[in-house]
Amino acid sequence: MRHIISLLMENEAGALSRVAGLFSARGYNIESLTVAPTEDPSLSRMTLVTTGSEEIIEQITKQLNKLIDVVKLVDLTEGAHIERELMLIKLRAPDAERRAEIKRLADIFRGRIIDVTDSTYTIELTGDGDKLDAFIGAVGEGAIIETVRTGASGIARGTRSLHL
Amino acid sequence: MELSGAEIVVQFLKDEGVEYVFGYPGGAVLHIYDALFQQDDVRHILVRHEQGATHAADGYARATGKPGVVLVTSGPGATNAVTGIATAYMDSIPLVVLTGQVPTPFIGSDAFQEVDAVGITRPCVKHNFLVKRREDLALTLKKAFYIATSGRPGPVVVDIPKDVTDPNVRIPYEYPREVKIRSYNPVVKGHPGQIKKAVDLILQARRPMIYAGGGVILSEASAEFTEFARALGYPVTLTLMGLGAYPATDRQFVGMLGMHGTYEANMAMHECDVLIAIGARFDDRVTGKVAEFCPHARIVHVDIDPASIAKNVKVDVPIVGDVKNVLADMTRELRARKQQPDGEALKQWWARIDEWRGRNCLQYDRHSKLIKPQFVIEKLYEVTGGDAYITSDVGQHQMWTAQFYKFDQPRRWINSGGLGTMGFGMPAALGVKLAHPDATVACVTGEASIQMCIQELSTAMQYMLPIKIVNLNNRYMGMVRQWQEFFYESRYSHSYLEALPDFVKLAESYGHVGLRIEKPEDVEGALREAFGMKDRLVFLDFITDQTENVYPMIAQGKGHHEMELAPHCTAPQSGERELA
Repeated sequence: MRHIISLLMENEAGALSRVAGLFSARGYNIESLTVAPTEDPSLSRMTLVTTGSEEIIEQITKQLNKLIDVVKLVDLTEGAHIERELMLIKLRAPDAERRAEIKRLADIFRGRIIDVTDSTYTIELTGDGDKLDAFIGAVGEGAIIETVRTGASGIARGTRSLHL
Repeated sequence: MELSGAEIVVQFLKDEGVEYVFGYPGGAVLHIYDALFQQDDVRHILVRHEQGATHAADGYARATGKPGVVLVTSGPGATNAVTGIATAYMDSIPLVVLTGQVPTPFIGSDAFQEVDAVGITRPCVKHNFLVKRREDLALTLKKAFYIATSGRPGPVVVDIPKDVTDPNVRIPYEYPREVKIRSYNPVVKGHPGQIKKAVDLILQARRPMIYAGGGVILSEASAEFTEFARALGYPVTLTLMGLGAYPATDRQFVGMLGMHGTYEANMAMHECDVLIAIGARFDDRVTGKVAEFCPHARIVHVDIDPASIAKNVKVDVPIVGDVKNVLADMTRELRARKQQPDGEALKQWWARIDEWRGRNCLQYDRHSKLIKPQFVIEKLYEVTGGDAYITSDVGQHQMWTAQFYKFDQPRRWINSGGLGTMGFGMPAALGVKLAHPDATVACVTGEASIQMCIQELSTAMQYMLPIKIVNLNNRYMGMVRQWQEFFYESRYSHSYLEALPDFVKLAESYGHVGLRIEKPEDVEGALREAFGMKDRLVFLDFITDQTENVYPMIAQGKGHHEMELAPHCTAPQSGERELA
C-alpha cells in the first residue's frame, strides 16, 4: 500500500543521504521524496512517498526513526490528510486551435499558463498525483515537450500536526 | 585552557577516560600524532594495518564494555578501517573511530589520500560526523562517545580535516561533561503494561523456551538474566553472540541454537509454546526457515532497538527497553504473583528435552589417529580451567569453539558473529589482553583466517602481549569445504590452500614461540606448555583432520526440526550426555 511519511530532521549536511541510503541499502521503494528547510532553520521537513506491506512500512518508520538526524516522524496515511504536488509542463502549442484547447484544459484543471512562445505553452498545475496524471492524459503524450514534478508534499487535516 | 585542534582531540580523549587508542599515523593525522607524542595519559597502540586497529579496539570494547577508540589517517587509512567498523556495527559494539581528512579547502578535489569517509562508512556506522570547525571538535567528540555507548551501541566515525587540527591556532577548550541530542533519546525502561502482559504469558507456558542474545551481554544484564531464568526454571538457549550470558555448565542451559546449535536447543525451539526472546534479533542463522520458526509459540521479545522487534518474525508481546531494566522488572513482577509456573507441565517438558539431549548431538570420533578439532577445544577448555578470554576468527573453528568451550561468564567469548569477519580473532585478542593483562587470552583460528591479519603478530611483540594462538590447521577453508561437500557434490573450488607458510617459523620470525602438534596424544601437553609460558606469545599449529565437518547442522532454508546430525550420531541414545 502507498504511504506518505513526513519527517522533521536536522538541517545538516548529509542528512538527506542518510535517508536515501537507508532506502537503497534495505531495498525499500521510494516513489517520491521532497525536502526543504522549515520556519525553524535548524530543521528540514521531508515528505516521502513509499509503497510496501504493513510489515515493511513498520520497518521503514522504525529504521527512519533510528537515524540520529531524524527528530520526529509521522505516517500521514494513518489519518485524514491533504496531499499536493506541483507540476510544470511545457506543451506544443503551434496553432490557434491547439492553443485554445490547451487553454481550456488548463482552466478545467485550474492550471495557469506561466510562459508563452509562438509554439509552446508552459503550465503550472497543483494537486494530488492523480490529478496531475489526469491532466497529462488529457493533453495527450504527443503534445508534451517536458514535464517536471516536485513529488508529493503532505499535511494532516484538522489539529493534528508534526512539530517539535 | 587554550588548545589547538590536535591538542583538543588528545585532551578530550584523556578527559573522557580513554586508556588506549589503536591506530596508524599518516599525513592527515600528523598534527594529532604530534599532540599524542607530547603526553603520557592516553596510550597509543601502533598496529600494522588499520583493519587490525579496529578489531583490536573492538576486542577491547567487547571484553570491557567500554568504547574502543581508533585513530587512522585519511584515504586508505579510512578504507582499511571499514571492515572493522562494519564488524562492530553488525554486533553492536561501541567504537569511536577518528579518521583524518584532507584539509577543508581540498575536500571534493580528489586530493592526495582523499576519500569520502563519511559517505563510505554511512551504511555501517550508528552515526558519523565531519568536523568542519575546530570550535565544534569537543562537542562532536562528546556526541560520538555518547551515541556509540548508549541505546543499542555501535561504531561512530568522526572525520577530522587536517586544518581543523592545525597546531598554530588555539581556541578555548572545556571538556563537555554532558550532551543532549534532541533527536536521540533511547528508551531504556520497559512499558509496565507490556511487562505485565509478558509475565501473564510466561506463566501460562507449558513448553517454555528462553532465547537470549548479545543484548544481555551488552547491557551487563547477565546477573538479572540468570536470576530471571532460575526463578522460572525454564530451559535457556543462547545465540552465538549471547554465549556466556548464562552459565553454560548449568543444567537449564540447553546449548546454542541455530544452524550449528545443539539438537536439543533447536528441537525445543520447534516445539515450544511460549518463546521469551531477550536481547536477540532473530538472525537468519538462528531462525532457519522463518515460515517454520517456532510454529506453536507465542513470542515475547525484549530489545532496546524497536527496529529489531518484528523485523524478521512477528511477536505477540513486544517490549522496548534496556534488557537489564526489563529483566529486573519482569523478575519483580513474577515474584509478586501468586501464580507459579506449571510444575507438572514443566517436568514433562524437561523430560522431552532430556530425550533430545540423549542424542548426544556433539559427539565425535574420539579414537581417530588424526587430531580432531573438537578435541583440541575440549582440551583448551580443560587446560584453561574454562576461565580464559577466547577470541575466534570465522568458520568451522568458530563453531567448534562455540559448541565445546563452556563459557560461564559474559564477555569471555569474543567473535565476529554478524559480519563473520575472517582476520578478526588475533587483533581482537590483543585488545582483550591490553584490557585484562593478567587474564589468560587465547585466539582460536584456522590457517585461512589467521593469514588475513597475520601482520599483527608484530604488534603483539612490540607491546609484549602474550596471547596464545590455537590454529586448527586443516589446509582448507573448512566451512567453505564443508558446504562444497554437502551442496556442490564435493567440488572443492578454490577452498584448498596449496601453499601455506611454516607457521612455527613464521611465529619465530616475529619473535614468538611456535609449536606444531600432529598427534592427538600431544595436544594436551602442548597446550599446557604454551599456557605455562606466561610472558610469551605461543602459536600452536595443530594439524587437524581435513575431513571433519561441523555437526549438527540445519541447512540454509530448513526449519529447526530438520536438523541433520553427524552420520555416526543418528541413532537415538539414552543415558548421560558424553560432553555434559
